[in-house]
Amino acid sequence: MKKRRLIMRSIILAVLVAAVAYTLYANFMKDHAQKVSVGKQAPDFVLTDMQGNKHRLSDYKGQGVFLNFWGTWCPPCKKEMPYINNQYHQFKDQGVQVLSVDIQESELAVNQFIERYKLDFPVMIDTNKEVMTAYGIDQLPATFLIDKDGKVVKYTTGEMTENMVRQYMEKIKP
Amino acid sequence: MKDVKCECGHVNPHGTVLCEACGKILVEEENEKQLLDMRYEGSARRSQIYQKTVVDKVWNFFSSVKVGVWLIIITLIASILGTILPQKMYINLPPEVYYEKEYGWFGKLYYQLGFHDLYGSWWYLLLIAMIGISLVICSLDRVVPLYKALKAQRVTRHEGFLKRQRVFGASHNVDQRDIETVKQHLIQKHYKVREENGDLLAEKGRFSRWGPYVNHVGLIIFLFGAMLRFIPGMYVNENLWVREGETALVPETGEKFYVHNNKFILEHYDKEKNKTFEKALDRAGNVVKNYQSNVVLYQRSGEKIPGEKPKLEKVKEYKIRVNHPLEFEGYSIYQSSFRSEMDSMTFALINKKTEKSFGELTINLRTPKEKYDLGNGYSVKILNYFPDFEFAENGEPSTKSRVPNNPAFIFRMTAPDKPKGETSFVAIRQTIEPFGNNTYKMAFKRIGTTNVSGFTVRKDSSIWVIIFGGILFMIGVIQGAYWNHRRIWVQNKNGDVWIAAHTNKNWYGLKREIEKVLEDTKLKMPEDQLQREQKDKEGV
Amino acid sequence: MVELSGNLLFIAFILYLVATLFFGGSIKQKKDLNDTKTTNKWGKIAVFLTIIGFISQLGYFIIRWIVAGHAPVSNMFEFTTFFGMALVGAFIVIYFIYRTTLLGLFTMPVAILVIAYASMFPRDISPLIPSLQSYWLYIHVTTAAIGEAILAISFAAGLIYLVKAIDQTKSTKKTFWLEFVMFCLVTVIGFVVVSSVFAGMGYHEKFNWVDKSGNQAQIEYTMPALTGPHEGKLLTKDGFKPWAEMPAFINAKKLNTVIWSVAAGIVLYGLIRLIIRKRIGSMLKPLVKNIKLDFVDEISYRSVLIGFPVFTLGALIFAMIWAQVAWSRFWGWDPKEVWALITWLFYAAFMHLRLSKGWHGEKSAWLAVIGFAIIMFNLVAVNLVIAGLHSYAGS
Repeated sequence: MKKRRLIMRSIILAVLVAAVAYTLYANFMKDHAQKVSVGKQAPDFVLTDMQGNKHRLSDYKGQGVFLNFWGTWCPPCKKEMPYINNQYHQFKDQGVQVLSVDIQESELAVNQFIERYKLDFPVMIDTNKEVMTAYGIDQLPATFLIDKDGKVVKYTTGEMTENMVRQYMEKIKP
Repeated sequence: MKDVKCECGHVNPHGTVLCEACGKILVEEENEKQLLDMRYEGSARRSQIYQKTVVDKVWNFFSSVKVGVWLIIITLIASILGTILPQKMYINLPPEVYYEKEYGWFGKLYYQLGFHDLYGSWWYLLLIAMIGISLVICSLDRVVPLYKALKAQRVTRHEGFLKRQRVFGASHNVDQRDIETVKQHLIQKHYKVREENGDLLAEKGRFSRWGPYVNHVGLIIFLFGAMLRFIPGMYVNENLWVREGETALVPETGEKFYVHNNKFILEHYDKEKNKTFEKALDRAGNVVKNYQSNVVLYQRSGEKIPGEKPKLEKVKEYKIRVNHPLEFEGYSIYQSSFRSEMDSMTFALINKKTEKSFGELTINLRTPKEKYDLGNGYSVKILNYFPDFEFAENGEPSTKSRVPNNPAFIFRMTAPDKPKGETSFVAIRQTIEPFGNNTYKMAFKRIGTTNVSGFTVRKDSSIWVIIFGGILFMIGVIQGAYWNHRRIWVQNKNGDVWIAAHTNKNWYGLKREIEKVLEDTKLKMPEDQLQREQKDKEGV
Repeated sequence: MVELSGNLLFIAFILYLVATLFFGGSIKQKKDLNDTKTTNKWGKIAVFLTIIGFISQLGYFIIRWIVAGHAPVSNMFEFTTFFGMALVGAFIVIYFIYRTTLLGLFTMPVAILVIAYASMFPRDISPLIPSLQSYWLYIHVTTAAIGEAILAISFAAGLIYLVKAIDQTKSTKKTFWLEFVMFCLVTVIGFVVVSSVFAGMGYHEKFNWVDKSGNQAQIEYTMPALTGPHEGKLLTKDGFKPWAEMPAFINAKKLNTVIWSVAAGIVLYGLIRLIIRKRIGSMLKPLVKNIKLDFVDEISYRSVLIGFPVFTLGALIFAMIWAQVAWSRFWGWDPKEVWALITWLFYAAFMHLRLSKGWHGEKSAWLAVIGFAIIMFNLVAVNLVIAGLHSYAGS
């Protein structure tokens, strides 16, 4: 009798404590949840670059993809773009592709930006913020490093130095 | 930990105060009281029995109503603290700035203590959770013994039990026919009457005793429903801004639904048309009558990946208004806000001296063209476009964001007499000519605006659990509050007839009912011993 | 039509006043107040007047509803009057259960004060903003008000209990707090008197001032400004010069009203004490000598039991349903919502204390008083001071 009661009580308490612990954990994690997390498959997308070529992420299987989200108005983006361009030249023959996604700006602004910074990698505009939504981005610049199998290796926001850009590209070299 | 056998033969669990069957007092100290404590029928609350392991100790802690009441009081005080200053969801600045700016040192302290998000804090959640645990354990610990005690009760009760009821009286020389009359009256009053050796037990409204437990179960279900929200996918709460004339993906629908905003409508009350409200409108100024977005809901057909143009099928047209959300497949879209956005700017190319115009051009602020040809050799090229213009720290013109809040342009104006063109910087109410005096000028004509509807997209799969919990709670509360559990004992003791009665509340109603029941008999109306006790004290 | 509606409200108000006098008269006759079958003539007249007054106020309510096109519970004046009406209604119901006129003597003045307080707010019929355009407005607000009114009856009964139970022969903490309750009631009268006097005089003075965000603004006081607005410059000639200037985040105008009301309350209370030469509680004591303590205790507890489910339904459940429809979430931690929760938690604690800890009698009566204080705080302070989604903002 006594023993059964103890077991019952233990079970009930355990269930209650587990429920509370989960709630607290989920509440705490609520603000830190990342939609596309490291180790997961990067969501596929297709966008058209300024020259009219279509780029589909899954077409770059076998290569590393340096996926950068940016805007012409964001100061750190302006700083890191030339670095990315430099390193793009270093790594493009080693199987690293740069895909650069501008968020919802005019073609005019983007074209002028490309011209000004002499960017050679494909730049595309996410007109409806669909790709941005799929990747759950709220801060620019944001960069996803995707390996040759299409898995996210790293996610980083904020300004990058040229050194960091090089290290990152090194990381996803197939 | 031995069970207690009463002289009536019933075996009671250890800790029982009153024998479940006959009501004899089993605990010495109770004998000295004039009136019995009838809460939980004097049954053995389980928590009081075992005090051994940690589990038992934790259990007993939460089983105490005292602890429960303290939890309620602490939650109550904490809730008050959260209403002193606005919570973070009701402010429009970053909290680290807002509180100090608006309320000085007090605001800063409030923010530092974390009270700006009090109801989302871990300790507030923990308080609510502890109330939940207390609900479960308190209820379990009381409802089972109470059920057993009520089930085990016999008709014939012990003398000590009857004497110590609040309502009690004895009548001498009673005619047995009177007892029969009383019985009939009781049955008329919807009592369930049991008879044993000529003794009566009349009982009604026992189910009201379960009210508190039913409402506690309801509350637990409610809290459980609220907890379900934290499970991914159960709860969606997103903002969505859609411009007039645009189609946007509804977030968190698996890229399945799209909404097209045909038109946003803002209406105000008209003094002329609504004479009734004239005075109030004079005092308050403009009062909004309606916020409305006329939308079309589309569903995507076929597969699609982000960035691809979807194939859309129309689902329905709807006018989203406040209080009238658009609902589909568990999602709801609410009209929550709106803003007016600059959409286009129109300029005329003029000669500064003669003010002669060589044509107008309208620039779409979200998709500006690079070059605008005005014919006859006149054209304008946009060298630079700053949608949200500001001077950067290094003095260069730049843009704060992509939203055209404060558009500015660097134009090159070409004319037959100026084939190389003249450069001009044009912002709102501002023209700068960086390379000396120009002949031509971009004269501002007008701006075009478009409305942007702000929606809240909501999906709440746990709402049905919450609703069920709420309904159950209401049933339980009503069951417990609006019905009374009444018992009347009419028993033969030592040749007299004893009448005792008990109710869990509304003694006044019980006494009136006994009066009615004893009508047409010679039985004496039992006395309210609590009142007698008080009179004794008051010395009246 | 609007005038007729206003007149009916006024008639109701007068009837309530007269009924209170008759309730007073019914007590004087020395009969056992617990003997329920014998309500005397005075008492019968009092109840009759109360019912007529209630019907008259119902007429006000219905006519105003027809004119406005929506139930008149949409601003401070309308809601508070409705609360007063619900209080009278709740009293009538409880009266027919317990048949004690003494309860009327204590409830009716509270209802009168509530209605008088309400009429100090702008009485224009105002249009509904979009979020209020829902039949849930009627359902939620009326049910909540009825629940609160029934709970308020427990306050009246609790007050009777305290007046009777507390020993007035010596000065104690209990006598102090009971007098404090009386003082608060007197302060409401103070507010009504001060507001009416200055409104009657047509008092106005204008200030230029600087608000929180540094903008220039104008503000108009209807009482002489003791506390002036932030960097306020008096525009009205011969206007009263403020004694003190407030920082921008304090609403100097509302604070000014509070100060005037409390001052008037102190003067009134002082006058009463001067005239009667004893505590108000002590003065009321003879009125309650024929009632039994456990009888009022039961009325008080019963009112809580009847009112609590109604309050839960109106102020929480219906509120949640409407909030879900109008604002897309059933709970948003708006101050008014939180205060409804606080009220609910308080009465839940009340009932647990009574059931499990045996807090009957005097303790229970004090709790009933505190509960009413919370309800009043929610009605007055939360609406006027802590602005939120529910704020009628003095309109």
